[in-house]
Amino acid sequence: MTTATEPEQDAVADEEQPKTALQRLVGAQAFQILGVLLILIVLFSLAEPAAFLSVNNFRNVVVNVSILAIIGVGMTFIIITGGIDLSVGSVLVFSGVVAAKLMEALGGQGVGVSILGALAACASGTLWGLFNGVVIARLKVPPLIVTLGTLGMALGAAQILTGGIDLRGAPTVLTDTVGFGRLFGQIPYLSLIALLVVVIGAVILHRTRFGRYTYAVGSNDEAARRVGVKADRHLILVYTLAGFCAGLAGILNLAFFSSTTIAGQSNTALNVIAGVVIGGTSLFGGIGTIAGTVIGLFIPAVLQNGFVIMGVQSFWQQVVVGAFLIAAVYVDQVRRAAASRGASTRRSLLSRFSRPSGARRKEAQ
Amino acid sequence: MTYALEARGLRREFGHVRALDGADFDIDPGEVVALIGDNGAGKSTLVKALSGSLAIDSGELYSDGKRVTIDTPAAARALGIETVYQDLALAPHLDPVQNMYLGREVMRSGLLGRLGFMDHAEMKEKTQRAFADLGATVRDFSAPVGAMSGGQRQQIAVARAAAWASRVIFLDEPTAALGVVQTRNVLDLIRRVRDRGIAVVLISHSMPHVIEVADRIQVLRLGRRVATYDAKKTSMEELVGAMTGAINQEAA
Repeated sequence: MTTATEPEQDAVADEEQPKTALQRLVGAQAFQILGVLLILIVLFSLAEPAAFLSVNNFRNVVVNVSILAIIGVGMTFIIITGGIDLSVGSVLVFSGVVAAKLMEALGGQGVGVSILGALAACASGTLWGLFNGVVIARLKVPPLIVTLGTLGMALGAAQILTGGIDLRGAPTVLTDTVGFGRLFGQIPYLSLIALLVVVIGAVILHRTRFGRYTYAVGSNDEAARRVGVKADRHLILVYTLAGFCAGLAGILNLAFFSSTTIAGQSNTALNVIAGVVIGGTSLFGGIGTIAGTVIGLFIPAVLQNGFVIMGVQSFWQQVVVGAFLIAAVYVDQVRRAAASRGASTRRSLLSRFSRPSGARRKEAQ
Repeated sequence: MTYALEARGLRREFGHVRALDGADFDIDPGEVVALIGDNGAGKSTLVKALSGSLAIDSGELYSDGKRVTIDTPAAARALGIETVYQDLALAPHLDPVQNMYLGREVMRSGLLGRLGFMDHAEMKEKTQRAFADLGATVRDFSAPVGAMSGGQRQQIAVARAAAWASRVIFLDEPTAALGVVQTRNVLDLIRRVRDRGIAVVLISHSMPHVIEVADRIQVLRLGRRVATYDAKKTSMEELVGAMTGAINQEAA
């Protein structure tokens, strides 16, 4: 660090005026990604107005995102702490299997049976999450490894319970309401449940002390510990919350597909992580929003839907989403470098692309 | 005379190394005491022992004349002792208000508070008032502190400690990475904290800063206090002499 330039930089920083709420909003990655989503929607609407711009089509997209969004809420908390959870797809399957087995044993039909099944799915998801959290926080095994382990364990356990064959059939009352039912014949219950989870998740993350500690632990866990935050306990709770979300997604998945989809969830965790990251949550911790995650999950869904309607091979969706993911993480890197050298985040995105080398050098010091 | 904080005969060994070899320390309320010494003289160990981050093998601690045990950071906090570490221990992604109240959040009253909702307005107002009282030059209370200058971050860390400390603040190398203007701001901040009657312990390698801001200067050498000087009446040569062992006031 050269002392000669330091006072000059400091003087500039000291004169900086606080940003308004609007400037902050425009600068947020979630807001920029919302612009990208809107552009996609406009493009597809212009290309295929009749097929793309219909209530039915939008409802399809929303339903496709709903289950991922529930998992995404838990994943956002985890990634803000600087962690990761690869096990959510397997936990979803395991929870669905436990629920299906229980409901089958209880007679297979009825409201009471469905409720018990849902509780069982949520409970088994919560227990997997608790297991992840305890191993990560207490035994200090890296989250990537722990959840890679539980990814295998939960899927394997589900296959042991079922002999590897999908259980089909959920209570009719469950599939007719949560699975395919619509409020006023229009709004899918599945999406309403997802919306509820998203809103509750956003309130917890952005308004409560629990949310504040989630950011603090991801930002600088040593600082959090020194002021008395129980960082380990907090991590356990965050992973447990994510497990609960995956368990809830398990019963919804069962209601929607009337199947435990054992082989169909191998990419779920990665798709959710991609959505969370595209939505502006930093893999390095400390930054992220639930709203960003929801928008980030809509981008792959809209691309998939639009490509199918336009007759483009849907494989292209994977290519484009992959590129989006890389771009999102690159923008995050540049943003972090800019922030840590004391630069204003008010500068336009483009001006930062033109001078990143200095930023990197500064951060390295 | 009762000191804000007093230590007598602190000992601590790491294997065969005597990090503290009967070290004494004392500070009055509203006094700035600088703690100086060469590398390995025991400054850091002494501060850790006094702020509850390190257990001592033997020795006595007194706060306001009463015998106390400071074996955890929580015990130190309960006695009104706060420490600003060299790495500041701020969460870079949180704003100044959130850092100020991290771990001490003000909750909303009633049911909402019990559900974990915080009183943002109250915390923001109190933070702004605390910063204004200390003359800290932080303007943007909603930007992440990681985006601020080193001086501003130091001010936030000192202001946070000053807000919660009722007796003693330890500052470990508070001006080490700062430019000229920023250093001036932090030194001014230290004086204002002292003027409130809080004792400030300053650990620094910068002799000019030490002489400028401290009331008394205590010199550590080989794990014990070897000299205490009135900052007004001492000189750089005298301090260096004490640090290197050429002068020993307290030797019998």
